[in-house]
Amino acid sequence: MELTRRDALLIGAGAAAAAALPLPALAAEQAAMDEAIAAFTGGAAVTEGGVEIGAPEIAENGNTVPIEVGAAGAASILILADGNPNPGVATFNFGKLATASTASTRIRLAKTQNIVAVAKLEDGSFVKGSRTVKVTIGGCGG
Amino acid sequence: MAKVKPRVKVPKKAKAGETITIKTLISHPMESGQRKDRKTGELIPRKIINKFVATFNGETVVDFTIDPAVSANPYFEFDMVVPEAGTVRFEWTDDDGAVYDIEKSIAVTA
Repeated sequence: MELTRRDALLIGAGAAAAAALPLPALAAEQAAMDEAIAAFTGGAAVTEGGVEIGAPEIAENGNTVPIEVGAAGAASILILADGNPNPGVATFNFGKLATASTASTRIRLAKTQNIVAVAKLEDGSFVKGSRTVKVTIGGCGG
Repeated sequence: MAKVKPRVKVPKKAKAGETITIKTLISHPMESGQRKDRKTGELIPRKIINKFVATFNGETVVDFTIDPAVSANPYFEFDMVVPEAGTVRFEWTDDDGAVYDIEKSIAVTA
């Protein structure tokens, strides 16, 4: 195939868009995230979707960001934040009486980042969801 | 150390099979272990609530494992089905091994 100038520009623009889509997460952060997810799932496959994450789009104070997670039929939900010094936030285990499998809490976010929730369903499969929260003032250190 | 005071909001009455919302709050600094003392420059050691468990008549409702990323004065809200009259017991476990607890009873109305 002959590569015209127009094609080259298109490919270049596509590559730039693809690179910009996932937030610029450092490789180390990604590795820590993958490790935390693997520890939770035991290496099982994780499907996207099925986890609800409620969080503000913009959090002015990273010290207390209200979040809500829920997944229908989840036995436990692991919450991670990829831009914090340690990705782990909390693990929620739901008993038989907590039928809705939803819970809210307030968390610390060091900077603008993604919140990732991985839910273990009662049948043993795993689903995942994520949401970006913009943080004006970080909530770590100080 | 500041006094740790657990507070929970549980309805006093519920219908059997009704879903209720429970809100809990405990005053605790949740020292993350990342902060430095401004005068000495040394890290302030980590001291957080690392576990929160709610049980109803002995059966676990929720069991939360908590990391330092949870805010100071950790707040939790969750839903629960009331199968019968009974007592909800809440327990928070500190890094230093201390356990803070509180109990609330729920009466069942017809």
